[in-house]
Amino acid sequence: MENGNNSANGSANGNDFLRAEGVVKNFGAVSVLKGVDMHVKKGEVLGLIGDNGAGKSTLLKTITGFHRPDGGKLLIEGEEVNLRSVAQARALGIQTVYQDLALVNELSVFHNMFLNSELTVGPFLNNRAMKEKTARYLEDMGVRIPSIDTEVARLSGGQRQAIAVARAVYSDAKMLLLDEPLAAMGAKEGALILDLIQRLKEERGIPMILIVHNYAQVFDVCDRVNLLRNGRIEFDRPVGETSVEELTEIVVSEYRKARQGKPTSG
Amino acid sequence: MSETTGQTSGETAAPETGNGTQERGVGMRILGALARVREASVLLVAVGLAIYFQSANSAFLSQQNILTLSRYAVPYVVIAAALCLLLICGEIDLSVGQSFAFAPIVMYLAYDKLFLVLPLAVLVGLLAVALVGLINGVITVYLGVSSLITTLGMFFLLAGLCVTLTGGFPATPPDANTTTRILGEYAWSGTIWAVVIVILLQLLLSRTRWGLHTYATGGNPLGSREAGVSVARIKIGNFMLCAVLGGFVGIIESFRISSIDPLAGGPQLVLLCIASAVIGGTALLGGVGTATGAFLGALVLIILQNGFTLQGISAYTFNIILGIAILVAMILNVYVARLRGAGRV
Repeated sequence: MENGNNSANGSANGNDFLRAEGVVKNFGAVSVLKGVDMHVKKGEVLGLIGDNGAGKSTLLKTITGFHRPDGGKLLIEGEEVNLRSVAQARALGIQTVYQDLALVNELSVFHNMFLNSELTVGPFLNNRAMKEKTARYLEDMGVRIPSIDTEVARLSGGQRQAIAVARAVYSDAKMLLLDEPLAAMGAKEGALILDLIQRLKEERGIPMILIVHNYAQVFDVCDRVNLLRNGRIEFDRPVGETSVEELTEIVVSEYRKARQGKPTSG
Repeated sequence: MSETTGQTSGETAAPETGNGTQERGVGMRILGALARVREASVLLVAVGLAIYFQSANSAFLSQQNILTLSRYAVPYVVIAAALCLLLICGEIDLSVGQSFAFAPIVMYLAYDKLFLVLPLAVLVGLLAVALVGLINGVITVYLGVSSLITTLGMFFLLAGLCVTLTGGFPATPPDANTTTRILGEYAWSGTIWAVVIVILLQLLLSRTRWGLHTYATGGNPLGSREAGVSVARIKIGNFMLCAVLGGFVGIIESFRISSIDPLAGGPQLVLLCIASAVIGGTALLGGVGTATGAFLGALVLIILQNGFTLQGISAYTFNIILGIAILVAMILNVYVARLRGAGRV
């Protein structure tokens, strides 16, 4: 753990796209984040893992301006930012794909694709331009769906995830946050999404944070893994220096401790 | 260890969700087609009723009756279409009927007691109901009170204000002049206003960002917020729009009948308008509906009412048919919502 923290601090600041220093978030008397130190380098895919209730979603929502931190600071490309809203984080290029995908079932694929960044002609929606662009974006990313006029409700989980990712990428994303990108997906659809992540990393060099409960599935596409536990990053290592087995051992040992009634390390 | 089990079951459930998607696809396709033909079917019902009533009584399609019918329909059509916006974004305004009564009263007081010129007095009346909408919206959105309760409270508050401000007696609006003619005294002016308002609302809904965000807000409030849609602004804006349109059509109506009635905003008005919107395909749970549908829904109800009156059938029979129509429409809506809910798993 000591090593992990050292390597985190030892990295060159200039290469970081995002850096969190001592981020604290409380909900009433409950302290969820107790001083998170984390960084994502440019072009890097970071796997953020942690058990249920470790604070992954809270950390995500703090980075995206949904929650305001109670302490610590966030730096984007070396400059401290004080995020007040999701819109502000988006303007800085931080795009998030939430677990519920933030898609509106009742709207068409192309309307979802441009939700809140619609193309307009005067006061009116420019549906034709949005359709053309949506078709082009999805083709570029190798995403295939029956029709862009289709209501999102009619698509499969993988197709919906792909649309949500495409939307984030094409909203001038400088960094992508993916919350449980493989949730409720079978192997076939999950592989599709992993391919998509791999391609985004190689072709566009977009830094990404994958927030996952099930790290084994995404291990291959990550450059580095961070383990969030007890409100802190307790483990930080490049994937080359760790393995799924080691991560499993860390998680399982936690369960063992819990079962023996010993207090968890903090 | 229980968590590990939960996790495994979650994984095995995944492929099933995939299959569910396929079935849902078919179900949604049928319902989508149903929703699309909804307006056409309501129009068909309206035409069918018109033909039936004409064959039963040739006075039905006489110029005089068409004028009567269209003038009578104006408040219902406008309020139904305005309510539709609010219903689509997942809220309701039970007080819109009272805004209908309140705006002309404020206008009258501004004209009669503050000696404002009439166009300015009209503006004051509209500002008053805009404030009503703002209060409805702020209480609902920021204080977290269900809009059903917020606007129920506002309903009684305004009902009391209307009677208090007028002393309980109808007032007479200003004498005929250009403003009153434009706003309702000319025989067809109300109808023209109503048609223009419905067209504008439909344009707003289907062709602008505001409309798209209204659907998004009702369809997936949390998701819309995550996408950066200002859900609070959309909801409060639609509360205000609904109240202002209700008040505006109230002013039009007061010029038409040359009377400002403090009791004009009774529950019958708003309930009929909600029924119109629902019959026209608006989902009470939000995300679905059109202003055109609400317009056609109101038209069907008005034709029914007028046709029955011409045939000498009592209002009670009308209520029975209205009740059945609402129940059928609601059962359809619930069915749609249930399928969509299943789609969200």
